[in-house]
Amino acid sequence: MAGLAKSFGSGAMTNSIDEIAGNDLIFVIGSNPTENHPVIGAKMKRTVKNGTKLIVADPRRIELAEYADIVIQQKPGTDIALLNSMMNVIIEEGLEDTEFIEEHTENYEELKKIVSFYPPEKAEEITGVPADTIREAARLYASQDKSAIYYAMGITQHKSGTENVTSITSLAMLTGNVGRKSTGVNPLRGQSNVQGACDLGALANVYPGYQSVTDPDMKDKFEKAWGVEGLSDEVGLTVVEMFRAIDENKIKALYIMGENPALSDPDQGHIEAALEKVEFLVVQDIFMTETAEYADVVLPAACFAEKNGTFTNTDRRIQKVNKAVEAPGEAKADWEIICELSNKMGYEMDYNSTEEIMEEIAELTPIYGGVHYDRLDKEKIQWPCRDREDKGTQYLHKGGFIRGKGKFYPSHHIPSIEKADEEYEFIMMTGRMLYHYHTGTMTRNSQPIDEHVPDAYVEINAEDAEKMGIKNGDRVKIGSRRGEIETNAEIVETVQPGQIFMPFHFAESPANRLTMDELDPEAKIPELKVTAVKLQKT
Amino acid sequence: MKEIIIDGNSYKFDPGQTVLEVARGNDIDIPTLCYSEHLSITGACRMCLVENKENGSLETACTLPARDGLEVETDNDKIYDARKTVLDLILSDHPMTCMTCEANGDCQLQDLAYQFDIEESSYGSKKEDRFELEERNSFIVYDPDKCILCGKCVRADSELQCSDAIEFSERGFKTKVAAAFDEGLGGEDSSCVFCGLCVENCPTAALSYKPARKKGREYELRKQRTTCGYCGVGCQVELNIKGNEVIKVDSVYDDTAPNPDGEMCVKGRFAYGFIDSPDRLKYPLIKKDGEFVESSWDEALDYIADNLSRIRDEHGGREIGALSSARCTNEENYIMQKFMRAVMKTNSVEHCARL
Amino acid sequence: MKEYTAIKELPYYEELDFYKKQKRIVLQNCGLIDPEKIDDYIEKKGYQAAAKAITQMKSKEIIEEVKKSGLRGRGGGGFPTGLKWQFAKDAEGEKKYIVCNADEGDPGAFMDRSLLEGDPHKLLEGMMIAAYAIDADEGYIYVRAEYPLAIRRLKKAISQAEELGLLGENIFGTEFNFKIHIKEGAGAFVCGEETALMASIEGKRGTPTSRPPYPAQSGLWGKPTNINNVETYANIPFIIDNGAEEFNKFGTENSSGTKVFALTGKIKNTGLVEVPMGLSLRDIIYDIGGGITDDKGFKAVQTGGPSGGCIPAEQLDLKIDYDSLKEIGAMMGSGGMVVMDEDTCMVDVARFFLTFTQSESCGKCTPCRLGTKRMLEILERITEGEGKKGDIEKLEQLGKVIKEASLCGLGQTAPNPVLTTIKYFRDEYEAHINDKKCPAGQCDALKGSYVIDEDHCIGCGQCKTVCPADAITGKKQKAHTIDPEACISCGACAEVCPVNAISN
Ligand SMILES: Cc1cc2nc3c(=O)[nH]c(=O)nc-3n(C[C@H](O)[C@H](O)[C@H](O)COP(=O)(O)O)c2cc1C
Ligand code: FES
Repeated sequence: MAGLAKSFGSGAMTNSIDEIAGNDLIFVIGSNPTENHPVIGAKMKRTVKNGTKLIVADPRRIELAEYADIVIQQKPGTDIALLNSMMNVIIEEGLEDTEFIEEHTENYEELKKIVSFYPPEKAEEITGVPADTIREAARLYASQDKSAIYYAMGITQHKSGTENVTSITSLAMLTGNVGRKSTGVNPLRGQSNVQGACDLGALANVYPGYQSVTDPDMKDKFEKAWGVEGLSDEVGLTVVEMFRAIDENKIKALYIMGENPALSDPDQGHIEAALEKVEFLVVQDIFMTETAEYADVVLPAACFAEKNGTFTNTDRRIQKVNKAVEAPGEAKADWEIICELSNKMGYEMDYNSTEEIMEEIAELTPIYGGVHYDRLDKEKIQWPCRDREDKGTQYLHKGGFIRGKGKFYPSHHIPSIEKADEEYEFIMMTGRMLYHYHTGTMTRNSQPIDEHVPDAYVEINAEDAEKMGIKNGDRVKIGSRRGEIETNAEIVETVQPGQIFMPFHFAESPANRLTMDELDPEAKIPELKVTAVKLQKT
Repeated sequence: MKEIIIDGNSYKFDPGQTVLEVARGNDIDIPTLCYSEHLSITGACRMCLVENKENGSLETACTLPARDGLEVETDNDKIYDARKTVLDLILSDHPMTCMTCEANGDCQLQDLAYQFDIEESSYGSKKEDRFELEERNSFIVYDPDKCILCGKCVRADSELQCSDAIEFSERGFKTKVAAAFDEGLGGEDSSCVFCGLCVENCPTAALSYKPARKKGREYELRKQRTTCGYCGVGCQVELNIKGNEVIKVDSVYDDTAPNPDGEMCVKGRFAYGFIDSPDRLKYPLIKKDGEFVESSWDEALDYIADNLSRIRDEHGGREIGALSSARCTNEENYIMQKFMRAVMKTNSVEHCARL
Repeated sequence: MKEYTAIKELPYYEELDFYKKQKRIVLQNCGLIDPEKIDDYIEKKGYQAAAKAITQMKSKEIIEEVKKSGLRGRGGGGFPTGLKWQFAKDAEGEKKYIVCNADEGDPGAFMDRSLLEGDPHKLLEGMMIAAYAIDADEGYIYVRAEYPLAIRRLKKAISQAEELGLLGENIFGTEFNFKIHIKEGAGAFVCGEETALMASIEGKRGTPTSRPPYPAQSGLWGKPTNINNVETYANIPFIIDNGAEEFNKFGTENSSGTKVFALTGKIKNTGLVEVPMGLSLRDIIYDIGGGITDDKGFKAVQTGGPSGGCIPAEQLDLKIDYDSLKEIGAMMGSGGMVVMDEDTCMVDVARFFLTFTQSESCGKCTPCRLGTKRMLEILERITEGEGKKGDIEKLEQLGKVIKEASLCGLGQTAPNPVLTTIKYFRDEYEAHINDKKCPAGQCDALKGSYVIDEDHCIGCGQCKTVCPADAITGKKQKAHTIDPEACISCGACAEVCPVNAISN
């Protein structure tokens, strides 16, 4: 979310799910809502059925494309060129919102300069999208009163993820589509509490509420509040950096709570080696995951139905998680386990309930300052919510950006690291699908779901399949520079020739054995959407 | 001020409100089967008939707009006779199998039959099934013989989920709700995504959740609202529990939720089986000689504390890292980062937001 | 009119008995002009009314004129047309539609078809005037696909009108634009109901929707829409041309003008008749229709299509208009008129009509879907000799609820044939149920065994020879007898009896 924070001053969805109904235009790019955020996908369809315009830009022809006014199938990894070109058209045709630009933004001249290099004809060469389609999309987006952009991993999981996002924020600012109801730039979060994990400081550079660890005032504040001394003022390591650090003997112990990097993280071979190598590994989870197998100690955790707490959803809404059933055996809530461990290590963490923890959070985290359990049962609370009187914030940047002025961060097209070549003829994209979730620990252990979609698969374009003599259901081998896996072929029209798509939920055909851990240098998100692979019938 | 007269009393109303809405808002009971405040209005079942005193005609309260000076009666012999006849007709085409029916105790038709005191239809009850049971998918069982054609499933599907997977087919007495080419919800050409909204909206057991069949009656179930544990939309859901097992997941209808009309997806609705999976981790495990061995919490935590302390003291906290989780609660993420920062003195605490 | 002298030389209608009491406004040109020639129509003062309306009249004036004329919807409901136009005119909206209902689903009806095939321009002209009056710029004609000739002629008429600039942009040099599309109906009877019809034009399932909102507020694609029947529109040019007063000269106080009926059944002259409202049934059946076939006795006439009512002989002098028919439980409908003679079983007639409406129910609302089914089951039982005490009361009670509680006109009228036959011929029902007899001798299951009148029997023995069940005994020249147990009621004996001594 680095790109969003850079441009606007906050990295969260600017607007709300409830506002989709008010959109005049929905621009979905690098996101497949009907599969990955189905309730949002349905809301979009509902709005479009009532007359809202829809532009869908995705290398795959996703389901929403069936409802779209304009469908764009850009080549994977060419989003910047596409967005630059749309902005080029908007500026060329005088469709920009000059007033908004003057009043609320900076660095506009730089944007103008860079996008001038991307007339639609040139962009067509890079993106494969017809120049006229780019023009139409630009005009449609710019001509509506309330245009909103929705994106997800298709934008961020690239080496150029940050620049992809800043290109999106530029487009929105250029047309004044931020800071108003039913507009905005809206990243859709993939997991139940990604937003909350970020908000509460599970990030190497910030304390809860995005308060910088390098800021001495913050260090001071948290030292006092927590009654400790010597908090580190050095930015910590991110996930992929941690695994590299293990390689380099710079990390000796790893404590993993509720994650399964052995399957979810790129370049699996490398991850496995690191898990093997790290001196001391603790895994706390609800199942014996692929990652847990490597642990020195495995701790049984309660799942969401077995504990109390809160989640913060993709539109910054804080909602309660309530205990419904008892955890199996001696499994405990994650927070209880950490507290007990901390107590054993001599640092007292004595909370009687999660509500007490939230009270502490509210005290130390300005954007959660008004979040209290008794309010959550009755009110819709979206952060920032600074105190008890604050009703929360449905959409951000009203009347001005959090960072003061919104900043254009234009970028030239950044080619992906890998390209298709003679040996690795295909570009593989990875992603999710409706029926399964993440590494499958939950869905694959739920009988009707697993019965409905039991097997992994790879989507192959019908033309390619015919050329290679591959039929629906055939076993195929997919190899990259990092590894090789086998799975079943699913012949589709929705991916373009030369591209394949593979969901990463399945341990028996782990897509991430093939991906690379090359990072976006700012957001530290790996490039999972563009991997060069070879494909073979077994 | 605009006012409508219901059963002799005046009531204020908002523009656009129907007689049914005004009545319900004032605790006047009008029976309905095809009405839902979350769906468009079709006036199909005809249970909500009221008498328009202007001309003595019967009109459906759910479709009748409130207007100034309109006078209606909601309860008199004529209305009762019409409603009872309608109900009697519905029951004449409904199997009297309440004993074993999934919806027993949670069936609007049963409730109305009780209210109107109809033990068996005066036209005789339905003796033979007219349709085939459809259960060729993993999630939803469809028994068209129990369908009263209120059409709520069709509307929920097309207006909320927007899948357009089911429609009415055939006409008249032969009408039934069907998926594409009548091949079932799981059929080749079906666009059903198994969100379960149709089941949620079904007033009888024409549609029921397959995994929940024979698992418990409505009145045996405990309900707990919570937030769905899957994607970031944060749908509010209602877990139905029997004993210590989640049996099914119902919708929650709340304007403060991101899914105010009870919208859900297949994961939120059906992927709860893992909670009760026999493969769940139940006890702490310590790896000894390459094998996991069950241990007590004390032993496991001591072991961890010792090792972490040792590494921290030998190499410094920066050689310890932690992955917190996008699937854990806010409080847990807070505790984890606090632990890493305050106890380990490192900022290397992350989660997989970037994946 | 050059080459069609032959047509002009048809005998004068007025000279024929059949036509004496008729008054032709709607069918005025039918049979007299070549429907495929717009010039023919123009020669008969065609499009004059449209020219007058569009170039000289304000829409308010037109609507006033139509209101004054007292014209009521000929599609069945009889709603005042001027008022309907007023609603559509007053409705807010940039875009408005005109729809013509030419679905004509009543079995045996062909009034609209005759007009579409015989004088399509009259309809176009009526629609143009309506469009101008309510500010619509687009129209649809919904015709049943079973009328290929009508569709062809309409298409031709539209393209001819377009060529002459009578349809299209800036009609008569004014700001007024109007185009007409043809939509072929799939054939379900209920698609003639206006809301179902519009759903069908929109490509949705043709089922009625609840009103309000009325089409005038929210019709085709949610836009204000005026929908009228073919015959309704066909009256408009006359009204504009000749003025409301002239139109008012025909008909009764509350039902002005003429009505086209399709006369069928046991009647000598069958066919389309156009008569002024207020003529008596007797005038139509005996003077125009020439009386009952084979000069049998009149029993009843059913008006208004499959869900009309059966009117008994006592009511033959009823002056027919919208209100008088409604009062006695029948209806105008689209103008079907089926005459029945003394041999008709009224229970069977009720069953017959209900079979049609029941099978055409769209299935959306409970009373119509299940109520008509249960009513039909009871009627079937009665005609099969399995009627029970209480059946008549049940039919009456159920019929009343179906009428009151159904969503659309189909259910609201479907019980009419049953209720009117019970009302006027209750004794026939009772005979079926209590005595297990069909007085008209039509219901197979109730035909009793045959008996020989001993006083008349001449003992010829022919009956004995033909009886397939060997049920007849008797000596030559002596009176024969039939064993009622063995008799299968085939009637062969009665047929051969030379002295008509056998009956059942
Ligand atoms: C079941 C049913 C069938 C109908 N069929 C026809 C039809 O075939 N033709 C027609 O003009 N009106 C038909 N109507 C009446 C229309 O709903 C509507 O009243 C009529 O088109 C209005 O035009 P009018 O005001 O000119 O009569 C039918 C109504 C019902 C309830
Ligand atoms: S609730 Fe009004 S008709 Fe069904």
